[in-house]
Amino acid sequence: MTFVEESLEGLDIMESVLLELQPGVTDADAIDTIFRAAHSIKGGSATFGFENIATFTHVAETLLDQIRNGQRPVTQHAIDLFLHSVDCLRNMLSASQGGTVADQARIDEVKKELDQLLDSEVEADIKSTADAPADIVSGSWQIHFKPYPDMLRSGNDVVRMFRELNELGELEATTDASTLPALADLDPEEAYLAWDLTLRGEISRAQVDEIFEWVEDECDLSIEPLRKPVAVPHDPEKPTAAPAAEDRREGNDRRGGADRRKTPTGGSGGESSSIRVGIDKVDDIINMVGELVITQSMLSQLGEDFDMSRVERLRDGLSELERNTRELQESVMRIRMLPISFAFNRFPRMVRDMCQKLDKKIELKLSGEQTELDKTVMEKIGDPLVHLVRNSLDHGIESPEQRRAAGKNEIGTVHLNAYHQGGNIVIEINDDGAGLNKERILSKAVERGLVEEGETPPDDEIYELIFQPGFSTAEQVSDISGRGVGMDVVKRNVSALGGRIEIVSTPGEGTTITIRLPLTLAILDGQLIQVGKEIFITPLINIIESLQVDKNRVNSLAGQAELYQLRDEYIPIIRLHEVFDIESENTSLEDGLLMVVEGNGQKAALLVDDLLAQQQVVIKSLESNFKRVEGLSGVTILGDGAVALIIDISGLISLSQSRLRTATDTAA
Amino acid sequence: MEVAQTLGNEIHVGTADEGEQLLTFLLAGEEYGVDILRVQEIKGWDSVTVIPNTPEYIKGVINLRGTIIPIIDLRLRFSLESIDYGPTTVVIVLRVELEGRSRIMGIIVDAVSDVYNVPEEGMKPPPDFGALVDTEYVSGLMSVDEKMVIALDIDRLLNADELALNKDGEE
Repeated sequence: MTFVEESLEGLDIMESVLLELQPGVTDADAIDTIFRAAHSIKGGSATFGFENIATFTHVAETLLDQIRNGQRPVTQHAIDLFLHSVDCLRNMLSASQGGTVADQARIDEVKKELDQLLDSEVEADIKSTADAPADIVSGSWQIHFKPYPDMLRSGNDVVRMFRELNELGELEATTDASTLPALADLDPEEAYLAWDLTLRGEISRAQVDEIFEWVEDECDLSIEPLRKPVAVPHDPEKPTAAPAAEDRREGNDRRGGADRRKTPTGGSGGESSSIRVGIDKVDDIINMVGELVITQSMLSQLGEDFDMSRVERLRDGLSELERNTRELQESVMRIRMLPISFAFNRFPRMVRDMCQKLDKKIELKLSGEQTELDKTVMEKIGDPLVHLVRNSLDHGIESPEQRRAAGKNEIGTVHLNAYHQGGNIVIEINDDGAGLNKERILSKAVERGLVEEGETPPDDEIYELIFQPGFSTAEQVSDISGRGVGMDVVKRNVSALGGRIEIVSTPGEGTTITIRLPLTLAILDGQLIQVGKEIFITPLINIIESLQVDKNRVNSLAGQAELYQLRDEYIPIIRLHEVFDIESENTSLEDGLLMVVEGNGQKAALLVDDLLAQQQVVIKSLESNFKRVEGLSGVTILGDGAVALIIDISGLISLSQSRLRTATDTAA
Repeated sequence: MEVAQTLGNEIHVGTADEGEQLLTFLLAGEEYGVDILRVQEIKGWDSVTVIPNTPEYIKGVINLRGTIIPIIDLRLRFSLESIDYGPTTVVIVLRVELEGRSRIMGIIVDAVSDVYNVPEEGMKPPPDFGALVDTEYVSGLMSVDEKMVIALDIDRLLNADELALNKDGEE
């Protein structure tokens, strides 16, 4: 539902701006932004009948309005309270989607706090009213109301509004009909009149505001406390409510402008199933389709009366068609690309909350937020990233005391960076904390029997150990991390996306975790290979090299496994026709080619009959109508319509290893 | 409009209220039926891409207008003697449902036969042969002109054994 998505976006904006607010400084632009977001959430939720959200937001909005008008200062308490409100609203929104149950106790609590804050302000107001000269009739209002000509078209009914005002108190209205045209020129759908209203009674400003709430963008409106007739109508010494109303109008105008712009800042990045696409990307595609249509009509014209003399033009046309198709494909793929800021956005808030919880001082730096990656990849990388950042905050960065003792700046830094490299996106999470504790990891690994006692593997292998399931070196399990669930899941998620993860750590200086992911899951650069009559596709990214077999370099191990000596390495040979059980006339090593591949850190040499073309293939799921097959990552459709299987190299390596084990077991 | 009504009366359009219709096909001389509403299309036999390390009855996958669907040889599935595919050999493309997930699969049969209405009194339950014959995938029997038609429960048949969804990590 668009409303929910937009509201979530609004909340993200509110949150990011709130995080930038400094106590004591009233940054008008920032508060305006927050106010606008809150206002549209309120409007939307009221329209769609989410009364609880609307009432909740209304209280927050009123507070924000007062801050904006300078009636109350920006305090740390207020910022915290607003952030909590954002959480509550998110909670309510997701509850309205039926996914979760709203935490009513928490909502009530925050609402109460908001109300309290609001009340404290009201008291202050009353005091200031009491201090003020007594020419103001408290609870009565002087309203100037001039609808814009098209206000009535949006379904607002002035008569109904006046009736409601009349219910609040004693209403006197003076109509200004000076702009009313002659009957012949009158457009019955336009509003021509303006009114000066006097409302007497014990009425709060909020009650009056509420009535004008839906039209405030569409009229000139000023609401002032009613003065006794003796008072001069425009007293320069009384800057209370009148300028506030003016300010408000200004704010509204600006709000209108911003709404129309619809800047795609922020975003839920979560489960939303729709996508916002920049208009330039759509225009691109429309242009491409235009060219494609022209090429197509050119070709069909050529086909009407074709003879061999025009074969050259046919070739030109076909290459044009190829270019169009490729460009169109690229543009369509670009639709799915979103800036990684969608995934990064949640971190400022997380860091702030965790700093408070952990009593640490941490600065978060973000760079490369505009780096684009596929929406699906982004959705799947979100949680692993959260986990890694959490780890950095919790385990990586030391407490301020420890940092001072180590001679470091007591404010720790966590740096998130993203950039493109080749066909990959690289995400780096860097902290200047204590670094990984090699000794502790090692002793833990020995304890768990992962490493032999007394053995010291190289550093990178030690760091790899933290990706083992159930491996945690945290001395104390906190509610943030340390349960040892996670790093293995992170690694699994990254591998499932076809990515890699690396750790570099220097004791005392910090840790850098690097994630490399393919830009998109839908298209793959592949090498077509032939085994028997079957054609397979190997992802180009896995291939290291291909070579002719030199018989002297083939060694066998225990009569079962075959190893190929490549420079100073021994690489296991996988006979693809055996692993995949394919009839192949060619079973000897000399007749085939070895393709050296790497998957999940392991190398293998695949015996294939022939290498065919290299091409980009569109990945299709085998699972949607069948199921996952070990050793295959999907299928694709070749140019002739035939189906070809895409090999999952790391799956293939483990498949061949398990076959080998079974074979050895049976032999034994 | 009138024509449509006449047609509707004569052909007995198969909706849930009006009772089922079965599309029947031949397999080793026996006539089997599947719910016609599950049939997506019937196409001739064409070559498939073999999926490694799957049982013999899963012939492979084909490209059905951009969708990849598995093809199952029903003779092999029922451990019947396999024959060479001939001109009447067809692939019946079916929609198979399990736990709210629907998958498209094709079954290879000797030939398509006919479309029958299921009589109002319904089908007879399959007799219990004990362990001799596996009637697990038979939803009922029905007789048409002295012939027996075996109605298949394709949801069970095509979700069993190797065709079952992977237990973990399925998306």
